[in-house]
Formats: sequence, structure tokens, C-alpha cells
Amino acid sequence: MSIEAVTADLARISHRYGAILALDDVSLRLAQGDMVGLIGPDGVGKSTLLGLMAGIRRIQHGRVEVLGGDMANPAHRAASYPRIAYMPQGLGRNLYPTLSVHENVDFFGRLFGQGRSEREERIRELLESTGLAPFAARPADKLSGGMKQKLSLCCALIHDPDLLILDEPTTGVDPLSRKQFWELIDRIRARSQGMTMAIATAYMSEAERFDHVVAMDEGRILATGTPQDLRAETGADTLQEAFIAFLPEEKREGHGSVHLPPRDRTEGPAAIKAEGLTKRFGDFTAVENVSFEIGKGEIFGFIGSNGCGKTTTMKMLTGLLDPTEGHARLFGKPMDSSDLATRRRVGYMSQSFSLYSELSVRQNLVLHAQLFQLPAARQRARVGELLERFELEDIVDSRPGNLPLGVRQRLQLAVAVLHEPEVLILDEPTSGVDPVVRDRFWELLISLSREDGVTIFISTHFMNEAERCDRISLMHAGQVLAVGTPDALRRERGAESLEDAFIEYLEEAAGDDEDAETPAPDRQKRRAGGRRGLISSARVWAFARREGIELKRDPIRLAFALLGPVILMIAVGFGISFDVENLSYVTVDQDRSAESRALGRQFSSSRYFQTYGELSSAAEMAVLLRGGDVTLALVIPPDFGRDLLAGEQPEVALWLDGSNTVRAESARRYAEATFNGFLVEMSQAESGRVPELYPATIEPRFRYNQSFDSADAIPPGVLMMMLIMIPTMMTALGVVREKEMGSITNLYAAPVRKLEFLIGKQMPYIAVAMVSFFTLVGMLLVVFGLRIEGSLPALVTGALLYTSAATAFGLVISTFVRSQIAAIFGSAIIVIIPTVNFSGMLYPVSTLDGVAKLIGEAFPALYFQRISTGVFNKGLSLGDLYLNHLILAGFCGGFLVLATLLLQKQEG
Amino acid sequence: MRSLHNIFRLGLKELWSLFRDPVLMVLVAYTFTAAVYAVAHGVRTEVRNAAIAVIDEDRSTVSNRVREAFLPPYFQRAALIGIEELDAAMDQGRYSFVLHIPAGFEADLLAGHQPVLQLNVDATAMTLAGNGTAYVTRIVQDELAEYLSVRGAETLLPASLVPRARFNPNLQSQWFFAVMQVIGNVTILAVVLSGAAVIREREHGTIEHLMVMPVTALEIMLSKIWANGLVIVSAAVLSLLLVVESLMGIPVPGSIAVFATGAAIYLFSVTSLGIMLATFATTMPQFGLLAIPVFVVLYLLSGGVTPLEAMPEPLRSLMQLSPATHFTSFAQAVLYRGAGFSLVWKDLLAVICIGTVFLGLALGRFRKTMAAAR
Repeated sequence: MSIEAVTADLARISHRYGAILALDDVSLRLAQGDMVGLIGPDGVGKSTLLGLMAGIRRIQHGRVEVLGGDMANPAHRAASYPRIAYMPQGLGRNLYPTLSVHENVDFFGRLFGQGRSEREERIRELLESTGLAPFAARPADKLSGGMKQKLSLCCALIHDPDLLILDEPTTGVDPLSRKQFWELIDRIRARSQGMTMAIATAYMSEAERFDHVVAMDEGRILATGTPQDLRAETGADTLQEAFIAFLPEEKREGHGSVHLPPRDRTEGPAAIKAEGLTKRFGDFTAVENVSFEIGKGEIFGFIGSNGCGKTTTMKMLTGLLDPTEGHARLFGKPMDSSDLATRRRVGYMSQSFSLYSELSVRQNLVLHAQLFQLPAARQRARVGELLERFELEDIVDSRPGNLPLGVRQRLQLAVAVLHEPEVLILDEPTSGVDPVVRDRFWELLISLSREDGVTIFISTHFMNEAERCDRISLMHAGQVLAVGTPDALRRERGAESLEDAFIEYLEEAAGDDEDAETPAPDRQKRRAGGRRGLISSARVWAFARREGIELKRDPIRLAFALLGPVILMIAVGFGISFDVENLSYVTVDQDRSAESRALGRQFSSSRYFQTYGELSSAAEMAVLLRGGDVTLALVIPPDFGRDLLAGEQPEVALWLDGSNTVRAESARRYAEATFNGFLVEMSQAESGRVPELYPATIEPRFRYNQSFDSADAIPPGVLMMMLIMIPTMMTALGVVREKEMGSITNLYAAPVRKLEFLIGKQMPYIAVAMVSFFTLVGMLLVVFGLRIEGSLPALVTGALLYTSAATAFGLVISTFVRSQIAAIFGSAIIVIIPTVNFSGMLYPVSTLDGVAKLIGEAFPALYFQRISTGVFNKGLSLGDLYLNHLILAGFCGGFLVLATLLLQKQEG
Repeated sequence: MRSLHNIFRLGLKELWSLFRDPVLMVLVAYTFTAAVYAVAHGVRTEVRNAAIAVIDEDRSTVSNRVREAFLPPYFQRAALIGIEELDAAMDQGRYSFVLHIPAGFEADLLAGHQPVLQLNVDATAMTLAGNGTAYVTRIVQDELAEYLSVRGAETLLPASLVPRARFNPNLQSQWFFAVMQVIGNVTILAVVLSGAAVIREREHGTIEHLMVMPVTALEIMLSKIWANGLVIVSAAVLSLLLVVESLMGIPVPGSIAVFATGAAIYLFSVTSLGIMLATFATTMPQFGLLAIPVFVVLYLLSGGVTPLEAMPEPLRSLMQLSPATHFTSFAQAVLYRGAGFSLVWKDLLAVICIGTVFLGLALGRFRKTMAAAR
């Protein structure tokens, strides 16, 4: 390859994740037009290497040159993104599950700035050539594993890349789909000469088709060369054997051909029996009429692609899911999900890692030993035994999150067999585990089956594993296609290998389902534009459109977002009120004169007070106050009436419950007014004229709310509250969720600016918030009878700026936190405190002190509160309020800048 | 016995998970320290630092005296403005009160003509407007009475009302807000934390794993309740002792032990509520949106921010279904008024009953919704 052009040149690359060295001084060169395969088990650094090449991972040590430039240079990266395509590991990991096939590809086309007609033409071509055209309208999460990967490939190819990087594209895919996938890759190669491909795979047999193979282990390259070279070098028949030969001595240990001794058939009820199991999720049938019987001690294999119903069937057998139709029997008894005794006899290992990543390896084992009620003395011994048997001793104190997949799978299996169950249900236990470990794992299963008589129900993608089962069952699209011993199935099809037999079965079942492939036509290569200018509205729109579709497909979320504020407006708008009425009080009348009774009547006839009764002693009064039964107590002294008439100016004591200060202050105010009313009436009765208690009258004029009614003053504040809490919560999960789900790689790998991604994410939520705004304003007008006294445009523009600031603030939270749980908690507590307390909604801003004032002023709520009350209560115009608008716009910009700074464009 | 053991074990696991999420722990710490302090220290319902202006068209001794009578800390120094400035100044919210003293006021006063002073109040701030008006009236009347008494024209009321506040003699709202803030934060934290813990286990598939083991759904839920409850009750008690009592110097006359017992019971109720909400949502974003209306209502309408007596009737009765209402009433009785169990058992009983209903509903939905995730 000396004279050929070089597409990628990696020199002395090292990469660490914490204490783990993922790549150790690796150098690699990819010639233009070359198809290079990286082989090796999971966790050896293949993904890291590909990520560095694609520019989605930050380079730690070494030099990565791709397409003639340094990938450490942001400008070169930006220019290269349109020429590189990257398909991450994991089934459909870069896809958006609720988007349809067409919408997914369309989104990527938009990201690369393709015009409508160009995009449509490319999508049509790609979907036709991959056989996805008939399913264009199907949501991505309803596709089988193979179809998902084809769709991912379409998304990667939409912009005609020069370098195509595929990370384990066929893991978890059934044999037929795998075959079709590679045929597709071959056609693409034939069509676009000069495209370089770097592909990682865990299937050694697939590597035969690559031009060059790079065998990797533990962050190092073991060997490179053509497949023929590697085989010749080791004298092996297959690449798998060659790979094992390249492994260091100690790793090869324990590897050999796994032998399955014949099974002693025992009579008795089947360990597991499924009769016509069917499971539907809405209109989607995941499993249809599945029946089988597994004998005691049998190893029963379940083969089929992801999404074909294997996992659902297994979950029905563990009682996790109730079948829609049919029955499952365990040990001859009907499956009963509430039967704890049966659960003790079953061990289950789910497909994804389902142990606690926050507990150490030992803690996980001990927790399960305790939950399975192993006797205390046995616990320690058993945990020790398992640590040894599953080779976990060196990592007892590590947390599983940091361990390679293969090790985690070993830990999961250790947990599954911990309580020595009679039945093991294992859902793809060996996915992503390297061949040597897989072999040892199988030896263990075989000894469990043959020596301890444990029944094993296992699903797998690997054909060599399927051959080790006593019987296998092939599933496709929710149905069992065939059941029998591996030999019988092969013979029935007259096929050379089990894999070929299965492909035939699948082809027969699929019919023309996924097989309608037409060769892709040649066409002119068109280059998608790099990123030009500061912000491209097309790419912002691509993100906004996608986020909007996702939101539309989640009606529950949309309903919560729109109904929540309506309910809250009613509850809080009416509920928060400082118009205290019906205050409960007692009188302690120690006088019992006509005057003291008149005073009592004055209170009992007031709408502000409600009598709790009359007491004779002050001691009783103290008890009532303490218990919170009354808010105030009136103690009329002995001889009150006489003293009053004699002009002795008697004093009446008013006892207030000071624990609620708002209520106490109001009570005091009302009591004083009522008492004055009493004095006026008394002297009026005496002298016949209205007396003047005070030398002057003070006449309050309540501006902006003449009736001085909370129902006028509070609802504009509730509007302010709703328009920040809901939008913030909605965007706060946006980025952190993409990180957890993996689709964030699309941001890393595409020629987009962070700001485009953030603004695009924000837009649909601003739209939802504005719908909510108009609903709430409608409520203010109709339900609360408020009127827009000031300028409506001022209110609407204010709301637009305010919700933009709120959604931008949510993005800041989202880029800052690491988990969704922290995002929810953060957006709840960080927002509610200043919004309720420091915004002027309940307590005027002018009375705030120190820190509170500072926090209030540093948060957008305060400024929209001014706009809201300004328009609803004060009749102000845009001219009076524009300063608040400017400040809100400033917040919006500031938050976006902050979020942009916090958002990473590459993985660490 | 076996059950208790499982609940204990799973709860310990829950505690580990909490302590291993540093961002979350920082947020919890913030909630019970800085957030409590800022609100209690900053927010006031009593009249304090209120902005007032006087339009003095009389320019007399008495009008001067009235203007000088507004003193800190209740009022800022009264500004003197012209009548033409009134509307603009109030629109911009520069002053909450503007007192208009008409020409000839002093003469009318001395002649006993009952002159009228007009007080313009910005009524958009409900708490300040009501109490402030009472304050201004009291200050002006006292000032006038004193002025007149010097001149021998004494006007005395035939009888007087002497207010005294129990449990908080100076009616300092800080006392009220500090404790209410702790309670409000307990509520938000409990609902969000317990519910999100369930959703997280579900999204990570760990709940599925638990459900194939000899552990019942009730045990799983109770373990979450005790573990999250313990953390929050401890944080709340520490906050009361360290932040409210020591740092802010607010006396807490009641028994912290009684409060802690009640808080533990309350936590049972609200964490059950959180778990119940989690069984209605399938993803974290849904849960977040579902939780907002719930905790906002509990936070604002339980008597901790605005008096229950002020609510319209149907809502007031409805709020009796909220555990927060009963707990707020319990906490006020215990912490401020020093009430013991004999006075507050009814509230606690209500909290337990409501919590049991939540737990029952959650239990009914738990298995069905948790396993339904594909």
C-alpha cells in the first residue's frame, strides 16, 4: 500500500478511561479504498480507536490524521465531518426510536444540509437498495435488529462519505440479515470506488471478507494482514482459530473444543412448558402462539434476531410479563408471578446489564445472597466460591460500570447461579464476550446441566453456541419457525452448516419481506456542504423538527405539559389568597355585661371571624391556641362595661397565634377594625351621633386592584410560574437523556455547531410553552375575569422571550448534570425557590433583603412578573416595560452561551 | 421476619445509591442549607423597608412631622414628590405607598374638621399592601394624636385593644418562613427522589431483576421508603438544628423528637406518593412533568405559604386530602406552639391513612407497570 493514498494514519495512540488503559501505543494506517476490519472481543479498544478516527472522541495521546489533516485541529474536524460517516455500536443506537424509517434518514439528510429534492432522491435510492422502502412509515423501534442496522447504514450513507466507520454493525443481528448486510456493503463498495471502510466486528467469520484485518486484544494490536496471511501465519483453518493462536499463552488456556456429553433422560414433568404463548403490546404482536417443552437438565437454545420475541418469551416464563394468551408451566405448575417459592428455583439473566452499577462486585453478590436467604454461614463461602469460579477475585471491589462487558456478563451469570437454581433462563449471556471466555462459559453451563441436572434455557446469536445445545428453536417475527436438535434441523434443510440451514428457514419465512433489493444505480458524487456561517437555519430546523416529531409521538408527555399548567392555574390561582376570612376565635368574657356581649356580637357578625365558642378561663384559651384550634382570642376584663361607660378606657386583650405570621397580621388588622366598629356603635347608641375616634381620616386607594382581591393579583403570577417551571423541566432532560440513550453521537459526528443543536432542541418546547401561554391567558380572561389593561403585544413578546430564557435555562441544567434524576431534582428545586419567593409574586421585591434580592434579580422570573402584572393589573404599555424585555432577551442569550460552553462536542 | 430482612437489605442498597451520586447529594445539601437560609432571611410579610413617598401640598409643621414619622426598619425614608409624578412613579413600582396631604390639612385638623388624607397603595403586592396600609394608618394617627396632645387637644379612645402574639411575640415572619421552607423542601425532595429512584431502576432494568427474585413488590417499595425517608428526615432535622436554630438564631420551642417522629410518618406518606406517581409515568421526562403539579400544589397550598383559611371552600376541603396540609399543621403546633402528641395525633393519623392509600395504589400498579417496559 506504499504508493496508495492514505485515508487515515494513526500514530502511537494511547487512551485511558480512569485507571483502565483502553489503547496502548497503537499505530495504524488505512489506505484509500481499503476495507479494514478490526477483530477482537469487546473491551479491547476497537470502539475507542474508531471513535478517535471519526473525530467524536478527544485524542489523549498520539496523532490521528484523517483525510489529510490532524483530527486534533477543530477546523480540520469541522471540514472533515461531511466526509466521514460513523455508525456507533449497539442496535440502532444512533436512531430515534419513535421516528419512522423515512424520518430518520430525512433527519440526517437535513443535518448535512441537503435540499429537499436531493434529499428525497437519496432517501428513495437508499431505502430501495436496502429493501427498507416498504417500511418507510414504520417507527424505528418496531424494526427487527437487522432492519435497524440497515437503517443506521442508510443514515450513515446519506452524505456519500469518503470514510465509512462501522462499529460492530452486525452484533445482535440474525444470520440472514447479517448476510444481507454484507451483500449490501459489497454493492456499496462496488458503486463508490475509493470509499475507505473501517469496520469492527466480533464475528471472526465476517472478517474473511475484509481486505485487511487488524486483530486486537487488551488495547494492543496482535497482528495485521490479509485474512489469508493471518491464517497462513498460524496455520489455522479459520480466522477464529488464528485469532486465538495470536493470544498470549495464559489467555489461550482453557480454550479447546467444547464437548457436550449425552444427556440422561429422566422421566417426569417438563421443567418448562409453554403452550400457545402470545404477547401483544397494543397493536404490535411481539410473540405469537409459541409452544415448546424443555425437559429437566436439557440445554435448550433460542436463536433469532433482536426484536424477534425471544426476550419477551423469556420474560413470560419468568413471570415478568403476563401472556396475552396461552400458558406457561414451570415444574408442572402454572406460572404464578406472585409465587416466591418458584422464583427461588429459577435463575434469570437479562440481556442488558441489570445489576447495581453503584455497588461493588462483592456487594452485588452479597446482596443477592441475602435476598435469596442463604444461611449466614453459607453466604460467605458461596460468594467466595463464585468469585473464584467466575474469575472475579481481582476485581471484587470494582464497580461494574467501569468493567468491560465480558466481565460484567460473568458477574451477571455468577449472580444468576448464586442460589443454585434448578432452571436457568439466560437471555444472550455471551453477547460481546470474547471467544475464549465464551468457551469457558459454555463448559460451565454444560457441567451445570450434566452434573447438577440444571435445566438451561438460553438465547444466543452465535451458531457455534447453538450447535452445543441439546435442542434449538428458531424464532422470527414472534413465531417459532423450527424446533429440533441442531443435526436434525441441518439435515432437514440439507444444508452444510447450521447457519446455512437457518438462513434458508429465514428466507422462507421472510418471503419478500426484507429481500426486495435492487442494485443501487451509479450516480454523480455530490458533496454535502461543510458548516459555513455562524448558524445554519436548515440544521437548526433539522434538530427542531426531529425534537418536535418525538414530542408529538409522546402524547402523554405533551398532555402533562399542557394540562399541568391548566390544573395548577385553577388550584393556585384560586388557592393562594391573602384575603383571610373565617378566622376561628374564642372569647373569654370575664365581664358578662351588656357591653361585653355587644363586643362579642360585633365579632361574631363579622365575615372575617368565626366563633369557636366562649370560654370561662384563660387557661383553656391557652390550650386551644396551642392546639391550633383558634387563631385569636379576645379576653374581656372584668368590669369592662362599667369602665367603658365611666370613661376609664378599659383595655381588651387580643391574643394571636403568631406561628403563621401572615394570618396573624391579617387577624390583627381585622380585629382592630372590628373593635373600632364596636366603639363607634357604642357611642352612637349613647349619644346618637357618629363619633370621631381619630382627628383625621386616612382613605386608602388600592391602585391596580380596586377591590383588593387576591384573585386579581395572584393569577398573573401563576402565569409567570407556569411559564418557567414546565419549559425548564422539559428541556432539562433533553441533553442528558440523549447522553444516556446514546443518540448524542449524532451531534459528535455531524457537521453541526453546538448552538444549532441547542437552539433546535429548544424550539419545539418554546412552541409548546407558547400554546400553554395562550391557554393560560384565555383562562385569566374567562375564568378569573381579568382584563388585558395594558399592551397585548408587550405581553406576548415578553412571554416569547421569557419561555426562550426558561428553555435555555433547562439546557444549562441538562448540560451540567450527569443523570436524569439530578436534572429533574435540579430543575424542580432550583426553579421553584426564586420563582415563588423572590419574583414579586407573593412578596414585593422592594422588601427583599440581601442574598434574596440578588438571587431574585439574577433569575428571569422577576422580569416577566413585572410584565405580567404590568399588563394585567397596571395597564402598562411596551414603552413602560421594554427594559424587562431587554433583560429577558439577555438571559436567553446568556443561558445559551453558558449551555454551549458546558456542552461537549467530543467524548472524553 | 424474612420480609423485614429483605426490606432492610434493599434499603441499605438504596442508601449506597444515594451516597454514590455526588451531584444529588450536593443538591440535597443546598436544599436544606442555602435555600432555607435565603428564603427565611430574604422574604418578609411584615412591613419592612417599604418604599413610601409623600405629596405634601400643605407644607405645614404637621405635614412635616407626618413625613418624618416613617422610620426604618419599617419604611425607607419618605420621598417628597409632586402630584404630577404620582402615576408614573406608581406604574414603575418605585413606591408601594404614596400619602397625599392636601393643602389646608393642618388648619382643618386643628379646627376639628376631620380632614381626609389619601393613601395610594400598590395593591399588586397583596401582603404588603394590606399590612402596610394598617401600619401607615397607625403611624399617621399616632403622630397626629401626639401633635394634638401637645397642644392640649387630647383625643382618647373610649377603650383600646391590646394585641399580643403568642409563640412569636414580634410576629417575625422569618420564624415562620424558616420552618415552612424546611417542610416545603422536604415535600419536593421526597416526591421527586422516591419517584425518580423507581423510574431509574426501571430504565436501568434493575427492577426487573429484583422482580424475578424472592422479593415482593411491597418489600421493594418499603425499602425505598425507609431509605429515602431516613436521609430526608435526617437532613431536615439537621437543617432545623444547625441552620434554623444555630445559624439564624430562631428559637424552636417545641420538641425536635416529636417533630422527627411526625416527619418520619410524613415521609412515609410522601415517598409513597412519589412511588405512586412513578407507576403512572413510563419515562423520566414524563415523571418530571407529572411531578410538577403535584409538588407545586403541596408546596404552595398546604398552609405553609398562604393561610388555609383564605382558600375557597371546595379547595380547602380538597386540600385535606393532602398529607402536606396535615403535616404543616402538625409542624406548626409542635415547633412553634410546643404541642405534644396529645394535641396533634389527629393530624398524624390523617397522614398515615393518606399514605396508606397512596401505597396501596402504588402496589396495585407496581407489578403491572414495572414489567410492562419492553
